[in-house]
Amino acid sequence: MASNKNINITLKIWRQKNAKTKGNIETYKLDNVSTDSSFLEMLDQLNEQLVGNRQEPVAFDHDCREGICGMCSLYINGQAHGPAHKVTTCQLHMRSFKDGDTIYVEPWRSKAFPVIKDLVVDRSSFDRIQQAGGFVSVNTTGRTIDANATPVPKHDADRAFEAAACIGCGACVASCKNGSAMLFVGAKVSQYALLPQGKVEATQRVLSMVRQMDEEGFGNCTNTGACEVECPKGISLENIARMNREYLFASVK
Amino acid sequence: MALDSKIPAGDISRKWTDYKDHLKLVAPNNRPKIDIIVVGTGLAGASAAASLGEMGYNVKAFCFQDSPRRAHSIAAQGGINAAKNYQNDGDSTFRLFYDTIKGGDYRAREANVHRLAEVSANIIDQCVAQGVPFARDYGGMLDNRSFGGTQVQRTFYAAGQTGQQLLLGAYSSLSRQIGLGRVQMYNRHEMLDIVKVDGKARGIIARNLITGELERHSAHAVIIASGGYGNVYFLSTNAMGSNVTAAWKIHKKGAHFANPCYVQIHPTCIPVHGSNQSKLTLMSESLRNSGRIWVPKKKEDAEAIRAGKMKPTDIKEDDRDYFLERRYPAFGNLVPRDVASRAAKERCDAGFGIENNDTQEGVYLDFSSEIINKGKQTAYAQGNHHPSDEEVIKLGKAWIEEKYGNLFQMYEQITADNPYEVPMKIYPAVHYTMGGVWVDYNLQSSIPGCFVAGEANFSDHGANRLGASALMQGLADGYFVLPYTVSDYLANEIRTGTIPTNTAEFDAAEANVKGQIDGFLNNNGTKTVDHFHKKLGHIMWNKVGMGRNEQGLTEAIAEIAALKAEFYKDVFVPGTADELNTELEKALRVADFIDLGQLMARDALQRKESCGGHFREEYQDAEGETLRDDENFAFVGAWEYQGDDINNEVLHKEELKYEYIKIAARNYK
Repeated sequence: MASNKNINITLKIWRQKNAKTKGNIETYKLDNVSTDSSFLEMLDQLNEQLVGNRQEPVAFDHDCREGICGMCSLYINGQAHGPAHKVTTCQLHMRSFKDGDTIYVEPWRSKAFPVIKDLVVDRSSFDRIQQAGGFVSVNTTGRTIDANATPVPKHDADRAFEAAACIGCGACVASCKNGSAMLFVGAKVSQYALLPQGKVEATQRVLSMVRQMDEEGFGNCTNTGACEVECPKGISLENIARMNREYLFASVK
Repeated sequence: MALDSKIPAGDISRKWTDYKDHLKLVAPNNRPKIDIIVVGTGLAGASAAASLGEMGYNVKAFCFQDSPRRAHSIAAQGGINAAKNYQNDGDSTFRLFYDTIKGGDYRAREANVHRLAEVSANIIDQCVAQGVPFARDYGGMLDNRSFGGTQVQRTFYAAGQTGQQLLLGAYSSLSRQIGLGRVQMYNRHEMLDIVKVDGKARGIIARNLITGELERHSAHAVIIASGGYGNVYFLSTNAMGSNVTAAWKIHKKGAHFANPCYVQIHPTCIPVHGSNQSKLTLMSESLRNSGRIWVPKKKEDAEAIRAGKMKPTDIKEDDRDYFLERRYPAFGNLVPRDVASRAAKERCDAGFGIENNDTQEGVYLDFSSEIINKGKQTAYAQGNHHPSDEEVIKLGKAWIEEKYGNLFQMYEQITADNPYEVPMKIYPAVHYTMGGVWVDYNLQSSIPGCFVAGEANFSDHGANRLGASALMQGLADGYFVLPYTVSDYLANEIRTGTIPTNTAEFDAAEANVKGQIDGFLNNNGTKTVDHFHKKLGHIMWNKVGMGRNEQGLTEAIAEIAALKAEFYKDVFVPGTADELNTELEKALRVADFIDLGQLMARDALQRKESCGGHFREEYQDAEGETLRDDENFAFVGAWEYQGDDINNEVLHKEELKYEYIKIAARNYK
């Protein structure tokens, strides 16, 4: 049941004016936070307080607040998207915290995700990986064959969907001690590798996407599995294995 | 200016085909000489940008998010309609056309809606070819489910994440074009004005949200696909960044704004939790396939629930009022959204709401009967004809989890209640806006060369969109309509050459934007942007919300005008113009929401009838159903900007003619 409680908290937040300046942790006190509020609503409340005191609000990324757009980020007490399991920051609620708690809030930490301001980072490297081959080259004409002309086994369609559920938030990269993007890339490669529609270009796709991933400065996977643990959508490590398999086959072709 | 809808002549089933055959073309070798700007990269914008890039035009696409993959289309849950008739249950292009016209309460254009129904089947083919993983049955064929307002199963879906999968599909096509260099993508950019040269749309002024730099971009045509304006209410199911700015800026430069009062209130949202709430979360309409909506039959039970003395599971079957099944036996829980929303409001207004906070609003969406039914069905299918109650419930829950698992998780995360055990609590909320920029059959606004697609235009669906049709419209516009109609326009532009940006028109537009930004930053008021946005939302929800009346609307118009004056006098925007400044972004958007809010109230006031999402309390029958006035209001109301005072806007009427569908009272009984 909804708790309808209010708590007082202390926030230790990373403030950084822009990509060129050094950042530091600032401390803020925030009272009367409803435990029914989401973490981002708590930050809204902080920002109202800051702007009310004629201070600059904390910049953070967010949009749909329904756990699906992947825009929200944040390291909360050293965990990507905070302490709750399989949720994005926007779906993390303040009932996960106690009265009097001190909460550390930091941006994603990865060389490939440079800080833009405060808690906002640049994740466009993900877009460039996708642009390198994360698609099926089909003309947008609607003159394709009937959708039911190529049956897809339910099992394959379901696995493809599970991989495609990746929201590209970057928690996998931020959680990885190597800053590896392999869970994200593995999910994209898997989605198309599992469907007949993506087969023709499979070789080129995995080679191009992996090359781009390396060029963007992401680290390598050492099978620690932190990415899977912290992934808000429960994207499985199997996808990395599938990508490695695809990559191996593509390399020897 | 007269409104020319440019609807082609001929039989409805041949109109689009014949029309396409006679549209002008741009030869492939001429397309690289032509620039197109696309603002917004949701389903409509991304599919348009990808298609036009594919054709060989130079496309520049803009979005305010950090990536096109974040557009709010991604949050659509339930599905997309298409007249494929894979289920052999009598579906056809005509039936989808008919259902949509009826669901739109006879306030949409026949020709546009028929075209939508026609291309709907192509959309599914296209998406599957792109690798969109729709749900499939065990034979490998695509699965379907039904949605509100229909009696066939025509909705294609990918669990409760259909919008996500369709958007990622469009995004992948767009990414391919970006990779090929045919689309230039501008992330974290916001369009703040349109530039007209000799009356034609020739470019935009965009603000780079990271550096604050104002940029000039020119093009031979501009496509606005910037989404809907539900955030005028502050609380809505829209993403936080969804705004009306691009659409409003073109309105200020001459594009008519049509039917702004048509707002879809979605019946299945999670109720408001408290005053710090930033937005509302939708629970997919598809849940109404399996969930039964009810409130207690007895007032004392409702009171006991609100006081926390009783649980929903304590209320016996006979003491539950399944009000949709009672009032609308033919459609039951699957009545259209406006009907379901109003019925919930009616029960809550009568004192039967179940939420234990000061709103007392909320009804139950209960899955217990479905868990038992599907549990039994699964047990039988597995050869177990005498399952125990525990087995039935276990199998039933597994069935529900497969179909709606992510929605159930999301609900539990937000409310801390487990919907497998206790019914969900839901209440209507602002979801989708059916009004928008007026466009003709070519999707061209009243500014030549400025096209508007998806939710940003005034829609093919009229007064109330049925479920699963917004995704359909976004993709239809982007993949299958604009490539033809924009090319027709551009056929006269192959000799124009690159449009220079160092002209007086660009100077003036940029100066205008800069003036507005400086105005906010130097205003030095005392109140935050959100303070004004919340105030606006309060006026809108109370007086221009689910039920409207003459007195409330008249008051709203005056209150919004006063709020506008106060906003410009007393808003405080910290920071500077040359940096990432989220408060400044909000201020620029709220300024446009305030103007639009006033126009919505004016539009609602002039429409003296009830139709679909627009419910004027004065116009209802004895049973509380909507009373349309087809004789006087079968028109699209398109407003023309006349300067700063919204009260001066002039209403133009585009008459709606129904030749193929007999106009009738909408009845879901």
